[in-house]
Amino acid sequence: MLEYFWLIPLIPLVGVLVNGLLASRYIRSQLFTGVLASGCMLVAFAIGLGSFVQLAGMPVADRHVEIELYDWISTSLVHMHDNAVGVAAAPLHVPFGLQFDPLSALMVLVVTGVGFLIHVYAIGYMKHDPPDKGFYRFFTYLNLFASFMLILVLGNSFAMMFIGWEGVGLCSFLLIGYYYQKKSAGDAAKKAFVANRVGDAAFLIGMFTLFFTFGTLDYDQIFSAAAANYEVGAGVITFATMMLLIGATGKSAQIPLYVWLPDAMEGPTPVSALIHAATMVTAGVYMVVRANVLFSLSPATMTAVAVIGALTALMAASIAMVQNDIKRVLAYSTVSQLGYMFLACGVGAYAVGVFHLMTHAFFKALLFMAAGSVMHALHGELDMWKMGNVRKYMPVTHKTFLVGTLAIAGVPGLAGFFSKDEILWNAWAGPNGAPWLWAVGTLVAGMTAFYMTRMLIMVFYGESRMDEHTESHVHENPHVMTVPLIILAILSIVGGYVGIPANLQVGPLAALHDRVDIVRWLEPVTGGHGEADPGEADAHAMLPESATPAAGSEAAQIVARSGNEPAFVVTAQDGGAEEHAEDHTALEWTLMLISTAIALAGIGLAYRIYGRGQPADEPAKRFGGLYSALWNKYWVDELYDAVLVNRAKDLGKGLWVFDDAVLDGTVNGVAEATKQSAAASNEFDGRVIDGTVNGTASTVWSGSWIFRALQTGMVQNYALVIAIGAFVLVSAYLFL
Amino acid sequence: MATLGLNHYLLLSALLFGIGVAGVLIRRNVIMVLMCLELIFNAANINLVAVSRFRPDMTGQVFTIFTIAVAAAEVAIGLGLVIAMFRNSTTVNVDELHLLKG
Amino acid sequence: MEIYAFYAIAAVVLSSAVLMVTSRNLVHSIVYMVISFVAVGALFILLEAEFVAAVQILVYAGGIVVLFLFVVMLVNVTETYQVEFLHRQWLPATVLSMILAAQIGFLLWGGAGSLPADPGASASALRAVDGGNTETLGMMLYTDYLLPFEVASVLLLVAMIGAIYLSKKRI
Repeated sequence: MLEYFWLIPLIPLVGVLVNGLLASRYIRSQLFTGVLASGCMLVAFAIGLGSFVQLAGMPVADRHVEIELYDWISTSLVHMHDNAVGVAAAPLHVPFGLQFDPLSALMVLVVTGVGFLIHVYAIGYMKHDPPDKGFYRFFTYLNLFASFMLILVLGNSFAMMFIGWEGVGLCSFLLIGYYYQKKSAGDAAKKAFVANRVGDAAFLIGMFTLFFTFGTLDYDQIFSAAAANYEVGAGVITFATMMLLIGATGKSAQIPLYVWLPDAMEGPTPVSALIHAATMVTAGVYMVVRANVLFSLSPATMTAVAVIGALTALMAASIAMVQNDIKRVLAYSTVSQLGYMFLACGVGAYAVGVFHLMTHAFFKALLFMAAGSVMHALHGELDMWKMGNVRKYMPVTHKTFLVGTLAIAGVPGLAGFFSKDEILWNAWAGPNGAPWLWAVGTLVAGMTAFYMTRMLIMVFYGESRMDEHTESHVHENPHVMTVPLIILAILSIVGGYVGIPANLQVGPLAALHDRVDIVRWLEPVTGGHGEADPGEADAHAMLPESATPAAGSEAAQIVARSGNEPAFVVTAQDGGAEEHAEDHTALEWTLMLISTAIALAGIGLAYRIYGRGQPADEPAKRFGGLYSALWNKYWVDELYDAVLVNRAKDLGKGLWVFDDAVLDGTVNGVAEATKQSAAASNEFDGRVIDGTVNGTASTVWSGSWIFRALQTGMVQNYALVIAIGAFVLVSAYLFL
Repeated sequence: MATLGLNHYLLLSALLFGIGVAGVLIRRNVIMVLMCLELIFNAANINLVAVSRFRPDMTGQVFTIFTIAVAAAEVAIGLGLVIAMFRNSTTVNVDELHLLKG
Repeated sequence: MEIYAFYAIAAVVLSSAVLMVTSRNLVHSIVYMVISFVAVGALFILLEAEFVAAVQILVYAGGIVVLFLFVVMLVNVTETYQVEFLHRQWLPATVLSMILAAQIGFLLWGGAGSLPADPGASASALRAVDGGNTETLGMMLYTDYLLPFEVASVLLLVAMIGAIYLSKKRI
């Protein structure tokens, strides 16, 4: 199966072609379209799963399969600037290549698995969606998106990633603007695309810098060359990674380019679930994890990543607390959780970031789909103030939503708890961590618990605020929509057990940890940076190969990328490991308990405010100014509008005026001048040249009378002339 | 006067020649023109014979015979032309022959 | 003695020529022309060229004059009276021709210096030949100048044919 892994991104394209070209005109069966689209995802998942299993069966060192499908770009030599790598000139050679290693395998499973469930859900969700033909368009775009996303995660070079990067951005635009008849949808799609584009520009600059430094865009070649030739903090690496980071903020909705994600809720709910919760927005995180070698070489960028992640998480969570739109809450929640993932990467715990990515995909997709179920049952109602007591009518949806809420809040035992806890632990103790980052993360955890519980209560509990007509029609959704919810709920519960933290590795959990550990699984890619190891004091020693075993450990084996090293990370002195481990376990427990307590406090607070009787407007009145700031999303959109968007429009107008007045004026002026000169030329021609010609002719004509006079036609005149001639000759003879 | 010399004859012929040329150029009547042409011939003949007389050479006189013969032929043709011209336009005025007028 | 004869004959020639040229009447001009021709014949006799003189009288005064008279009759003499008889260019023409005559005369006068002024010696040489002028000419014509003689006869033939053709009304 592993040898067919390259089919994975291509199979959804079958769905694209059939659904896109044939379905709307010839086949015209919604069921066919939905089944085909979901079927493609399922087949891709099956191949992915088979390849994953096969990969897992291989020794760790061999877990890296590459295949080149076709030689895409191959140019002549391009000159590099002087660099430590020593490459003076290199051809730009970008093959269309895919690679299958632990990270991409995991991503493939997430994308295809969750994607499959969402496709199935969408068959039911979009069923009654007018216009009729939109159904086929929807599934075509969904499959296209899946194909691009899979190229993104399976690519073996930055160029391949960029293909997927751009492609998912395009599909996001198409799907956000799916209800194109609505102006707000079109505007949202444009905003998403433009914000993405800004990030993409930075991404491209980063790519160019990498190419000019290393002469190639292939992952393996760049990472090994970087590790071998560059010191920590090298300027060019910092610059490149900063640019890549900006690109990631665009795609993963971090500060400053997050503004598109809340507006993207204009798209249908399956789109929000798939693209803006589980897959596309995680592309930025994936990129950072994939390029962890480069990021680790640049502490400045790492700090930037962590700080951006933390601040974004905080800001988004605060805004989410006051939203009344059911999907907006989840959108800001996504931004906030993405901040968590960035925080994890920024402190050096890349594998933990991926772990949270996976669990977040489970419960966020679940939450979106459940919210969509509620909306669907309430005929498109979005305002949570018009809901309430829905659990009476939709028990399955209620139960799954409850599971999702508990998961995201970080209640122990569910998936979110494990991943979030790992992040918080690494925020404190990781190589790049700092206590204040931990504090921010914990606060955000509390806020997350708060707003999610608020949402849960407002929608499903309390007294019904639905209007009567809606309430009479509310009923549970068909199985095609509820079964995916159930599956995701199960995953949200059990999905966290692949990443058990160190202090909980006791008893059966220890055995489980020995068998399955996500951090260990990802080591060939993340090096020793999966998590903070107890006893690790020096960040420098975490770097592969370039550093000497500075910690002086005898058995120090730094694991490098591209698997030709043993699986285990033993980066510290063996001797001091246990002692430090003891201290750190205690610390870890402490932190874990604090964060859990704060999460429960958040739940409790929400219950207190909203759970009893009618939800009160008190918070709004009590914290007037702060509430207003949160309600208006800190006026960020207005700020961007005033500073950037309107200035761009002004520039456009100014250029138009310039074009009209100056350029068109110039062109018209030149035309005028040409006309004038043509007229002058004509005058000149008429007067001077024709005058000369005519004058010559008339001179000749008037001078010709002399000669004409000779030709009298009369013989005797000619005879006289002969006589004159004879006279002249004789005279000449006589006198000369 | 001196003795009769060649010069007398030559001078005479020159004068006669001049009169003949004047007549050719002056008269309008075609026939008159032809007649004055005969005067010119005569002048030439006098010249020829005179020179032949004063040299031990008969060539001049022989030439004169030929000249007279040719003159006769020419007169015949010329008058034939005159007749033809007269039939064409019933005039013998030379000035009427101006088809070559430019 | 001879010189007086010369002057007399010369006067006749010239005056008749002038009269011929300036006569208004065509027939008068022809008469004057005859007188001129005869005078020239006399001149030839003075030059001891008897045969040439005879030919002159015969051909010129006899044939050519008759030709002219015939044509004049044919062409309707009355017509000629109406014509303004002198050309417009008569003055420059007259002046020019006089000058030309003078020039030629001067030219010939000068060129004649190499020739003896007295015809005596050469003339006696000529007279020494038997039969005089005619016989000598005949001899020369039929021996030295045979070809030109024949050509002249052909020329006369051609002229005759031409004249016939030109003056025929219909061929």
